[in-house]
Amino acid sequence: MELKPAPTRDGFGEELALVGKADKNIVVLSADLEDATRAEYFKKVCPERFFTLGIAEQDMIGTAAGFASEGFVAVTNSFAVFLTNRAYDQIRMDVCYNDLNVKLVASHAGVTVGEDGASAQCLEDFAIMRVLPNMKVVCPVDVIEAKKATKAMLAEKGPFYLRLSRAPLPVVTKDSDEFVFGKANVLRDGKDVTLIACGVMVSEALNAANELAKEGIQARVVNMHTIKPLDVDMIMKCAKETGAIVTAEEHQMNGGLGSAVAEAVVQKMPVPMEMVAVKDSFGQSGTPEQLLAAYHLKAVDVAIAARAVIRRKKA
Amino acid sequence: MPSPNPDVNALKAKALQFRRDILETLELAGSGHPGGSLSAVEIFVTLYGQAMKHDPKNPHWEDRDRLVVSKGHVTPVVYVTLANFGYFPKEELKTFRKFGSRLQGHVHKKVPGVEFNTGSLGHGLSYSNGVALAARLKGKDFKTYCIMGDGEIQEGSVWEAAMSAAQYKLDNVCAIVDYNQVQENGLISEIKGLEPLVDKWKSFGWHVININGNDILSLLKAFEDFKATKGKPTVIIANTLKGKGVPFMELKSAWHGKAPNKEQLAEALKVVY
Repeated sequence: MELKPAPTRDGFGEELALVGKADKNIVVLSADLEDATRAEYFKKVCPERFFTLGIAEQDMIGTAAGFASEGFVAVTNSFAVFLTNRAYDQIRMDVCYNDLNVKLVASHAGVTVGEDGASAQCLEDFAIMRVLPNMKVVCPVDVIEAKKATKAMLAEKGPFYLRLSRAPLPVVTKDSDEFVFGKANVLRDGKDVTLIACGVMVSEALNAANELAKEGIQARVVNMHTIKPLDVDMIMKCAKETGAIVTAEEHQMNGGLGSAVAEAVVQKMPVPMEMVAVKDSFGQSGTPEQLLAAYHLKAVDVAIAARAVIRRKKA
Repeated sequence: MPSPNPDVNALKAKALQFRRDILETLELAGSGHPGGSLSAVEIFVTLYGQAMKHDPKNPHWEDRDRLVVSKGHVTPVVYVTLANFGYFPKEELKTFRKFGSRLQGHVHKKVPGVEFNTGSLGHGLSYSNGVALAARLKGKDFKTYCIMGDGEIQEGSVWEAAMSAAQYKLDNVCAIVDYNQVQENGLISEIKGLEPLVDKWKSFGWHVININGNDILSLLKAFEDFKATKGKPTVIIANTLKGKGVPFMELKSAWHGKAPNKEQLAEALKVVY
């Protein structure tokens, strides 16, 4: 039976409440968006370890650093735009430079935020988070993987950025699927091209692979849930075996997943690459579906990129 | 541990020694921040010499009081204090700001006794609140002191933290504002004035102690006042002089971030008080 699409933030909230209830070492800090990020599931079961700082993201991160240096696992949460952009100096200094056990959980990433428009649609977080030393970056593909990613985040030492969606995302993994932090998953095999995607773009890549199959193109689909540290071994394997790579992400082309993959590919095994991403532009209001189409983030766009990269491979 | 009868004269002698060490350390380094280090000498002497529970042989002692240096550029006074109290050999001060040294330009916790890496202003108070909340959650009664510059509190993040400390009634937090009146490019009052500073903190829900921050006796009383205050955080407005103790550096913004050369050091050591 196919599961109903669900927001990855729901998976985070459920797992955090579950693990947090048992682990007294976890504290959650909030900047008045815990209802939207689902951190309130934890607040309901562990109110004594939940701390709101009001609408003050810088204060939230700094306070979390204080908790972390006293031995707690400090989980912060907000919308991706506010968490990463408003508190960037605190993330760089207090969390990364001090290498503390602070978790940054960012919901409402990407254009699929929808009607709230550009101000709320974070499209630069991969770039500005992955550039920071000590930071780890994960973007789960669906609600099931979000639970596993949350569990992995709470177990990993040090700074960690978890990117979540507001919109329901198709469920493409199963409870029994293995999730290993830092290890990408091949969701569909193929030999002509590799589609490397994360988050909402994984299901678009899977749909693209279906379309391409009708044309006789066998596309491999990789769920690159961990952006940092990047699974370079998997990328090398795919470059070698398929000779062409398309990346797909709900993020600016500058500095995101595509850039990270390209950094590995150009240094270790150059093959033709195309990138499906937002092209140096802000978002706008609309439904998630309208926006994915408007910013060329649909399966059709991934398929176009795949055909183009295969032509370059043969040239 | 704090002694029941502090020897004020001994602390004063320490302060003079620290000033000499700061000047010599800066001259050897060839760069650094004398102004805000010299202004804060009595604050550091009183904290480490009397007010704080700490153990140089066990810098990670769980029950120690924490000192967060939010104005992270005043490494000369921080490192001179820690070295003089035995956290690391004084000889090591000669490596200050040199490649490969633990004694980084801005405070770093690889130096024994340093709690938190800083260097970007406006970070320390939120961090201190987190430490204080963690202490409460763990049932620990240690105190967290946070020393900030006066120019630093022009940063908005300080006031976010000020609101949080009051909201959570963090009476285990003591903020200290080194009000030395001068920032990098001139007088605070001419760049972005802080007055009425006492009223500002009061209106944010803090217990405010307004003192001469270069007077050890006043500082001793202020820290006792803090320890006796319940239900709200305390801020000590330490009215000081930038460059205190070296007349040609006093209240001069030029000495915010410049080391004395050999001649200036010789002159400073003759007149320092």
